[in-house]
This record gives sequence, C-alpha cells and structure tokens, in this order.
Amino acid sequence: MRNPQLNKHGELQHLLTLDGLPRDVITAILDTAAPFTEVAEREVKKLPLLRGKSIFNLFFENSTRTRTTFEIAAKRLSADVVNLNVSTSSAAKGESLLDTVDNLCAMQADMFVVRHAASGAPVLIAQHLQATARDHIHVVNAGDGRHAHPTQGLLDMYTIRHYKRDFSNLVIAIVGDVLHSRVARSQIAALTTLGVPEIRVIGPRTLLPTDVERLGVRVFHDMSAGLKDVDVVMMLRLQNERMNGALLPTPQEYYKMWGLTQEKLALAHPDAIVMHPGPMNRGVEIDSAVADGAQAVILPQVTFGIAVRMAVMSMLAGQ
Amino acid sequence: MQLPDAETLCRQLAAQMRPHVTPDTVLVGIHTGGVWLAERLQQELGLTQPPGAIDVSFYRDDYGARGLHPQPQRTEIPFAVEGAPVIIVDDVLYTGRTTRAALNELFDFGRPARVELAVLVDRGDRELPIAARYCALTLPESLPASQNLQLEREEDGTLTLRLIDA
Repeated sequence: MRNPQLNKHGELQHLLTLDGLPRDVITAILDTAAPFTEVAEREVKKLPLLRGKSIFNLFFENSTRTRTTFEIAAKRLSADVVNLNVSTSSAAKGESLLDTVDNLCAMQADMFVVRHAASGAPVLIAQHLQATARDHIHVVNAGDGRHAHPTQGLLDMYTIRHYKRDFSNLVIAIVGDVLHSRVARSQIAALTTLGVPEIRVIGPRTLLPTDVERLGVRVFHDMSAGLKDVDVVMMLRLQNERMNGALLPTPQEYYKMWGLTQEKLALAHPDAIVMHPGPMNRGVEIDSAVADGAQAVILPQVTFGIAVRMAVMSMLAGQ
Repeated sequence: MQLPDAETLCRQLAAQMRPHVTPDTVLVGIHTGGVWLAERLQQELGLTQPPGAIDVSFYRDDYGARGLHPQPQRTEIPFAVEGAPVIIVDDVLYTGRTTRAALNELFDFGRPARVELAVLVDRGDRELPIAARYCALTLPESLPASQNLQLEREEDGTLTLRLIDA
C-alpha cells in the first residue's frame, strides 16, 4: 500500500505523522524551511506563494502556540486563514467531524490544519478526502491525541540541526511524560529516521509506555544516569489534563526526581542544548534557571516553528 | 552553436556599466549564475558594497503549476534597499518572468531609488515587457525552448556558458 501521506509521485500530499516518512522528505522540509527563516527580518514579512488559498485551522482541542504559529506561517505565505473556534461551533451542536469537513470543502478550502484529542482524526479526514477524489485539498496534523505532532517533531529536528549541524554522532535524551506525549512519538520517529545513534528516554515507569524499548530507545529511570554526556535534552510537558488516577505523587515530588535543574544539567555535555515544546510548567518538569539559562533554545524553537510550518504548507499546496 | 567566452562577456558588461555606476550603487544577483556574476562585477567595478542575492523560488508565477523549487536558496540583501540605486544582475535574460519575480521580491525589502537590469546574454523570446539596460551579448536568433543556456563556475572561479537540453 502506498504511504497515504505521499502522492503517486512520492511528493507530500498530507502531513499526518513522521512515522514512516522517508528521510529525503524530512530533509527536504528542513532544507526548504531554512530560507523561510529570513522572511521575518524583512520590511514586508510576506511571500506571495499561497495567495488566494484558503486554510482552515480546525482546532478541536485548545492550543495557543501551535495555532498561532500555524496562523502566522499561513499569513506570511499570503494565504487566507480561518480559525474555527470549535467550542462554539457546530461540533457543539452535534455535527460530525466529516460533515464539518464537507461543509468547509463547500467553502473552497485548500488545506485543513487539524488538532484533535482523538488519535487518528486527521488521518480520517485525509482518507475521507481521498475516498471522495478531493486530492487538491491537503491535511496537516497539528497534534492528534497521543499519536503524533509532526510539525513539532520537524521543528525540533530543525532546531537540533541548527545548533548541532549533524545527527550522526549525537546522544539525545527525551525526558518526562512520554506516555501521554504525541510530541515524544514524533521526535523518536524523526530522530531514528535521521540516523541519531543513541536516543534515550528518561522518566518514571508510570509515565513511560510499557513497550517503549521497541521504538529503539534506551530507557532510564534515573536522571543522573540518563543525562550523562547527552548532547540534546528534550524536555516534555507533564500532561495533567490527560492523566486519570494516580500516575504521580505530587508535582513537588515529581520536580525533585525528574525536574531539570542546573545540577542535573551539569551531567550532560557542556555544550548540550535544552529544548521544550511548551507550554512549560516551571518548577515541575523544568527549573526557571534552566528554562531561562544559556543552554535553553526554547524560544528559538518557536521561531523556527514558523519557518518549518511555512515549508510544510508551501510544499503541500504547490502540488 | 559556438558559445561565446563568458569571461570576455563579463569584461564587456563591466565596461558598459562603468560610466553609469556611482559609489552608492548596489548589485543584487539572481541565484545562481547571477550571484556569481554580481560578485565578479563588484570587483571589476570597484564597488564597496558586497552584492545581495535573491532566490525567486517563492515569487515565481508557475508555483501553482509546478510546485516549489526543490532546493530554494537563501535570499540575502546585506544593505538597505530603501532609497538605493539597485542593479539586478542575471546571467541570461529569457522570458522576463524571473526578472519580474526578482523585482517583486526586491520591493518587499524597501523602495529603491531606481532599478536597472544587467545581463550577460539576452536570448530573446520575451513574454513580459522587460529589457536590460546593460547586456554583453544579444543572440541573433532565438534558441529552442527545450534548451537551457546557463552560466557555470569552475573550481578556479572561471565562468563559462553552457547549453543544456532540458
């Protein structure tokens, strides 16, 4: 079966997950993003590429940063952007996801940027469009359930490449709540495809998926051992809203064991960078001194995220 | 067809431009051949300001039909465009669509005092009302559309023209 994200020429048709996305496609997205970073420094921060295209931001789950950066990216490409506030929309009145999509297609949508609490919702929309021969409409997954958050994974890869140049000799640690994290899954998929020799996940047993080793990562249940000599520390947010029951004692105890402090960071490589997808829980998974410190690249991640999303949207809509 | 020597054309182009450039003239080359040419012209003309570089991939009018160029380069304009006398430099002038895209992109950096166009070779077959003020060679008859005329740079920096079947 053909990769549902690629068209028959092997070009990107939808961006749904980084799992199984060929290395040359990932590299092409990162290469395309590089010249877009410069647009922010221009007098006119706009390119005419998506002039006349309509992009619908379909956010069935709250998000500020992702929705805003998608919106800025689309607007810098001159697209018309419509943000659907789903809590006040037809979904609240009982309309199904695919009926919503069909109605927006009737308004000449060219692209959907979809965030949904249910894993697989963007895939469902993409399959629906394919089944009804609407190949000119593209879907970008902006985060679905625990499944994937591909543009976050891509902007993380862009950030690592920006600071470390090369993936082939890096030791990278992903720290925290991997269990609930679509970000972690996208990161692991991309890092593996790009040839990172050692990927570690560090966290309490209750917050790691039971079969996480099968993803090809080394598992640590101790920060001191896990952070030793790493080049990149990728922190995850503690996802309180997705937790049912007693996976954790208290945030204070979590911080004591798993919070990234200067002392723990000192075990990593001296020029290690610290990343976080946001929003940060200061004093829970990360100490303010680290978050605002010299090794943190958390705000550059946000800036690079705009360029990466511009790259994805312009590659999709130009085919 | 016997292609002319690019190095000779370069010197002829610089000679045409020399009486008209002023110390505040800035050059902007179009990727990739135009950038090499602009670097060469800056030296020959003794201009202090290093040239800018434009990649028009994001401004092309065939994006809708052909998609994004696979490897866009970085547009870098290391000077203020606002109020500057600018000369856009390209290796070959053909349909004029690339020049149109470069003009649009240039204006997103500011309002130049004036813009001129310098090219090594004009191969004719224009599709837009665009003409070069400085041009080292105008081909007497047009080339088949299936052929690409482009500038190449050897390892030692020597420039040569090459005809490639697209």
